[in-house]
Amino acid sequence: MISINPFSVLSQSVPSIAMQLYVVVMIVLVLVGTLFDIIHKKNVKYFFQNAQKAKKQATRTTEVGEKTSVILKTVASEILTTSELGAGKRRIAHLLGMYGTIIFWITSGVMIFCYSSTASNTPTFIPLLWHLGAIMTCVGGYWFWFFLRVDVLAEAHPWYRLIQADLFVLSLVISATFALIWSFFQSMNVSGLDTLFLVLFGLSNVVLFGGVYWSKFAHMFYKPGAAIQKNLAEADGSRDNLPTPSDKPKQFGLGIKRESPKHY
Amino acid sequence: MPTFVYMTRCDGCGHCVDICPSDIMHIDKVTRRAVNIEPNMCWECYSCVKACPNEAIDARGYADFAPMGHSVRVLRDEERGTISWKIKFRNGKEKNFESPITTKPWGKHIPKLAEEEVPSEEDINSEHLYYEPNGLNIDTGLPKIKKERFKQGVYY
Repeated sequence: MISINPFSVLSQSVPSIAMQLYVVVMIVLVLVGTLFDIIHKKNVKYFFQNAQKAKKQATRTTEVGEKTSVILKTVASEILTTSELGAGKRRIAHLLGMYGTIIFWITSGVMIFCYSSTASNTPTFIPLLWHLGAIMTCVGGYWFWFFLRVDVLAEAHPWYRLIQADLFVLSLVISATFALIWSFFQSMNVSGLDTLFLVLFGLSNVVLFGGVYWSKFAHMFYKPGAAIQKNLAEADGSRDNLPTPSDKPKQFGLGIKRESPKHY
Repeated sequence: MPTFVYMTRCDGCGHCVDICPSDIMHIDKVTRRAVNIEPNMCWECYSCVKACPNEAIDARGYADFAPMGHSVRVLRDEERGTISWKIKFRNGKEKNFESPITTKPWGKHIPKLAEEEVPSEEDINSEHLYYEPNGLNIDTGLPKIKKERFKQGVYY
């Protein structure tokens, strides 16, 4: 199952061009959704206003080279490894979900645009990566959903309570789950069920990519922007009005370690 | 001075929700970020401000001392065990404060007063509270204000 390109098998019944068109429509949905999100919430405008405010409060000027170095450090430390989540379970779950999703989407695109005909010979590692990406997404996503979600962990709500903020994570893990089930039934030649889960996979993708305006999908664009702005503000001395770091010796106070927010 | 959350800094970890004694820090249903749902019920204890790992929570100052353009921000250093506050007034004037963290881990170090020595008459009449000034990590004792420095119009 995991070494077979499911889109190549699918091309026996669905033309490649239809699959490629579907992917293009999904990309357009994300772009339009993000654009509406930007216009409605005015968050990009807020970012620029905040950056201008920080510039006025800057205590030193930063050169282009220094700014580039700050941005590169932010990308390496905060964006690629999500260090703001600390060193706990949330970070591991987030990294699993994030890299799983990226691998899953990229390999989907490669298989659909390059190897989605019956005659094409897909390199074995691509379907392997596709399945691995989907499994990573499911592990990270369900771990987050059932145990680490702040609504469950800190607010003590049951795992089955649904809110609008769940639209992104739920549609993401469900689409990865349906993809894996579809691939399984397709490899087992179960004709009715493989079609059913293919349709469900397609529909969950429509919800995921079409729901950008209502879901937290766009956080993957905004969060890196906010992290870069925060670190640039530290570099130019404005520090978003935060106090200067303490020069006291270590263990001046008790300095308790933060505990898991689960004391209800 | 009730608290509020910078949505761009918050990562929805839930520390503020957990620690709020007034139970008014909640998670927003749309953004899954923390929000003070009832600022006028805020006890102004600043537990959430100090507990936030991302410096995402600030205090909104009262208009009489900190009108528009002010900021009240806090930085917590866990290695040094300090809490630093920076109060910025609208006219650009700044005040900085730094104190050691005295918060104990949950459920531990509850003082067993019955096992302590009976305080002397001098201790009872002292203005120091239990474990002061040693517990505050101040060798020189608590700071005092001379009476001459009191504001005009305030009488004791």
